[in-house]
Amino acid sequence: MAESDRGIISLMKGWYGTVYRGVKEIRGSLMIIEDVKDVRYEEVVRIMGPDGVERLGRVLEVSKDMAVVQILGDREGLEANCLVKFTGSTFEIPISDEVMGRVFNGRFEPLDGLPPVVSGDKRDINGAPINPYARVYPHDFIQTGISAIDGMLSLIRGQKLPIFSYSGLPHNVLAAQVARQATVLGKEEEFAVVFAGIGLRSVEARYFMEEFKRSGALERSVLILNLADDPAVERILTPRIALTVAEYLAFEMEMHVLTILTDMTNYCEALREISTAREEVPGRGGYPGYMYSDLATIYERAGIIKGRKGSLTMMPILTMPGGDLRHPIPDLTGYITEGQIILSPELHAKGIYPPINVLPSLSRLMKSGIGTGRTREDHRYVADQLYDAYSRGIKARDLAKIVGEVGLSERMRRYLKFADEFERRFLSQGVYENRSIEETLDLAWDVLSIIPEEELVRIPREYIETYHPKYRGVEVELP
Amino acid sequence: MERRGVIERIKGPVVIASGVKNVQIGEIVEVGEEGLIGEVIRVSMDNFTVQVYESTSGLKPGEPVLATGKRLVAELGPGLITAIYDGLQRPLEEIYRLKGPFIERGIKVNALPRDRKWEFKPLVKKGDVVEEGDVIGVVEESRLVEHRILVPPGIRGEIIRVEEGSFKVDETVAVIKKGEEEHNVKLMHEWPVRVPRPFKARLSLETPLVTGQRVLDTFFPVAKGGAACIVGGFGTGKTVTLHKVAMWSDTDIVVYIGCGERGNEMCELLTEFPKLIDPRKKVPLLERTVLIANTSNMPVSAREASIYMGITIAEYYRDQGYHVTLIADSTSRWAEALREISGRLEEMPVESGFPAYLPDRLAEFYERAGRVKTIGRPEREGSVTILGAVSPPGGDYNEPVTIHTLRFVGALWALDTELAYRRHFPAINWLRSFSQYADEVEKWWAKQFPEFPRYRRRALRLLTIASEIEAIASVVGEGALPDDQRLILLTAELLKEGFLRQVAMTGEDTFCIPEKQYLLVKMIMDFYDRAYVLIRNKVPIDEIAGLPEVFKMMRVKEDERGLIAVKELYKQVIEALNQIAGKYGIDLEEVIQVGGK
Repeated sequence: MAESDRGIISLMKGWYGTVYRGVKEIRGSLMIIEDVKDVRYEEVVRIMGPDGVERLGRVLEVSKDMAVVQILGDREGLEANCLVKFTGSTFEIPISDEVMGRVFNGRFEPLDGLPPVVSGDKRDINGAPINPYARVYPHDFIQTGISAIDGMLSLIRGQKLPIFSYSGLPHNVLAAQVARQATVLGKEEEFAVVFAGIGLRSVEARYFMEEFKRSGALERSVLILNLADDPAVERILTPRIALTVAEYLAFEMEMHVLTILTDMTNYCEALREISTAREEVPGRGGYPGYMYSDLATIYERAGIIKGRKGSLTMMPILTMPGGDLRHPIPDLTGYITEGQIILSPELHAKGIYPPINVLPSLSRLMKSGIGTGRTREDHRYVADQLYDAYSRGIKARDLAKIVGEVGLSERMRRYLKFADEFERRFLSQGVYENRSIEETLDLAWDVLSIIPEEELVRIPREYIETYHPKYRGVEVELP
Repeated sequence: MERRGVIERIKGPVVIASGVKNVQIGEIVEVGEEGLIGEVIRVSMDNFTVQVYESTSGLKPGEPVLATGKRLVAELGPGLITAIYDGLQRPLEEIYRLKGPFIERGIKVNALPRDRKWEFKPLVKKGDVVEEGDVIGVVEESRLVEHRILVPPGIRGEIIRVEEGSFKVDETVAVIKKGEEEHNVKLMHEWPVRVPRPFKARLSLETPLVTGQRVLDTFFPVAKGGAACIVGGFGTGKTVTLHKVAMWSDTDIVVYIGCGERGNEMCELLTEFPKLIDPRKKVPLLERTVLIANTSNMPVSAREASIYMGITIAEYYRDQGYHVTLIADSTSRWAEALREISGRLEEMPVESGFPAYLPDRLAEFYERAGRVKTIGRPEREGSVTILGAVSPPGGDYNEPVTIHTLRFVGALWALDTELAYRRHFPAINWLRSFSQYADEVEKWWAKQFPEFPRYRRRALRLLTIASEIEAIASVVGEGALPDDQRLILLTAELLKEGFLRQVAMTGEDTFCIPEKQYLLVKMIMDFYDRAYVLIRNKVPIDEIAGLPEVFKMMRVKEDERGLIAVKELYKQVIEALNQIAGKYGIDLEEVIQVGGK
């Protein structure tokens, strides 16, 4: 036995059973191993190179005497003469309530200097689909304190509502604000936050850590961080580990969990990288044809289950490549999630925070969580009227660019003014400003009062008479 | 005829196995120690390829494969109604009771409960000679559905025994003898899902499916037995529109397939349907519904099977003489499942990676819609109407699933992002949508409202012209348009807000009866005719546009008094216009009489 081998073998603590030496080929992140026995599809593989570094891998394809393995982690330093051990199980993580307040990397190894989680309770990170029959339809309104979201895109407990953003926009600030302020109306329960950073820059990671520390949210958070300089293929695991933790907290510890996944674009890039390495037939934009199903196995893990007290609310964040809403990543995401919050560079350039473009944004579960007994009886109608009026205002603004404001009819000019005021007073607010739903709706009425009463056709008469500033006897100061 | 083999190779949901002779394409096999369900999709001399309907994670080569000798079948009999199944017809409620909230694999549960008894009332007696499709008796399956027990296809002969009373689905209720052969008829039978069920003859399509949604019924109707598709990007309201049709349309049975879509949407149906009461029989609408849920996170290959499972169940109720509406949301996810399996088989892909046989599969599916004279006695007709959702990537219609679907359906409900952004729902674009059934069902409308076809066409034309004028207005500004064009824009606005838009989830406007649809469109078009005459006689448009009745026309659809409110407003509108006419000395009635000819 050569001297170098002795060194490696001493590192192989805990490697029991058959170990294979030498692989046929290493190509990109794939490894082909021949003459293997008893290998399971998707089982985890431990790989040790001559450099003494252990890496993990996963079986992608297996036949009687050959296996194709996806290498996770750094490939540099590997050679064909490496050691391979098939572990016999699929990807699992140990789980217990000790995870709270901890920080892990994308392979679930501690980053906070504390020992790893020890538990006999192990979970497959792929989870299992929730039986649709076992679901409870979500209907608890979450007050985020952000007018645009609460008033027009209400977030509901158990919903999956992504933020579609552009590079350079304050989506992380918005997500942190939601995590900080989210409460369920009438209940003073706080959310546990599970945060998955997928290909996150270290600056961004530090921002979240500090935000959580400052607001005291860190003790009720779990952070799983795959940083930008970590291996790309590990990004496949990061959101799944985070959701396995979130499911445990929600459905077994009965907590209300808010899961933030950022940035899902990096996840999809990693998926494409693996697919290309496997020489699969590419779909749109080179992304694999099964990306929809793959994303669904992540997003559909949000929800509420019969007989369990907790809930799993999900807020994935993605940056739209090239700012294109039709790009496969936002497109497929939008088809799975229950709505989307779209940020706008134009609003951001105008200095409006949060720069939410409400028109293409949507919350599908909003209707079940608002109205009498939940938020306020006029909520739905006010939201509808705001959408209608704002879209007319935007149309007027476009037209004014061509014909000039003087060329607009008086009615159009009023809608234009509405759009300006809507953005200035309703949409924009401070990063630490936390508005109640009552404040949000009253503010909506104030800006709606710019429009003549009889044109508010989407609001029933009785609510106009109750809430319109004119009938409330409130003086609205408008410029 | 069970035979054993072994797994050779595993690649995602596709498994290659060997060791079984004479295995057939379409044969069901149980794969691995856990017995995962799969279907044989390719055979060769040495081995065969299986599409596994469950996750293959953890399988290894060398594990056993059991060929069952059976094909993928649906269990047909009482107990289907109100059930919720996965794509392989496994009851999700039962799985939940047995295994908890998460779906494990390898579960085998009968589709129809074997312990439940049904009250069987025979309609034949000993000595009767029966043929395939004959009704031999009935079972009350729910308060809305009388389940007719049929002689299964392919069987005929003399009844030598018939029972009455309480039976389980797998107990014999009648024995039919032909020659030396005896056949036991049970309350249930099996049917291979990929084979269309037989019928006697196709009938022409005449009656509309009344959905209660104005834009569909009035402008883009689908006939009972027809096929329509609803196409739109995410957030345009496909699912919401289909839910409404499932809830309120005048059909006997609804089969709703949630194919690769959201779990919460299926949950919404399960939560909402029991609360919705059939307006005619005062019974929850769930009692006419079969749900199939293979959500996006459930195994992809079972998604492929779910469509066939659903249509087979629909055809079974059609054969009993019912009008069935089958809703498939979304067929794009089904096509993607085809693509994924095809990719794993390393087949040569064509457009966007889809297999070359995609159009054939779509055609086969939509061709299973139709109004038919069923086999068997008493003579009866039934229909299957297919409504399929299509989710084009990026909302772009120029993609294979949309292109090929449009070749095989008779109506397109095109959803529009712009309308959705304005929260104009249903966001069905009236310029892009079409219905080839419009002419056929117009007769049905004209029988009740002779003038309906004329109003319908004029309203549609006005909307088309309005969109052209809008394009001009977006350059020159509305103020620069002549008054007659502004009137067209105003009327189009009335049609959009007062007629097309229909968002209510509760109250008067959730369902609009045909008579009210007719009166609303008549009111708006009669308003237009009269206002047009006024404008021709130099009445300024602002005087007409400012009438309080104009805003009332936008909201009268929601008035809880229904028809009465519309009739009342109609009088007020005419009256208001007459007053303006009087002021300017124009005799409106006379001009209308002359102009109408």
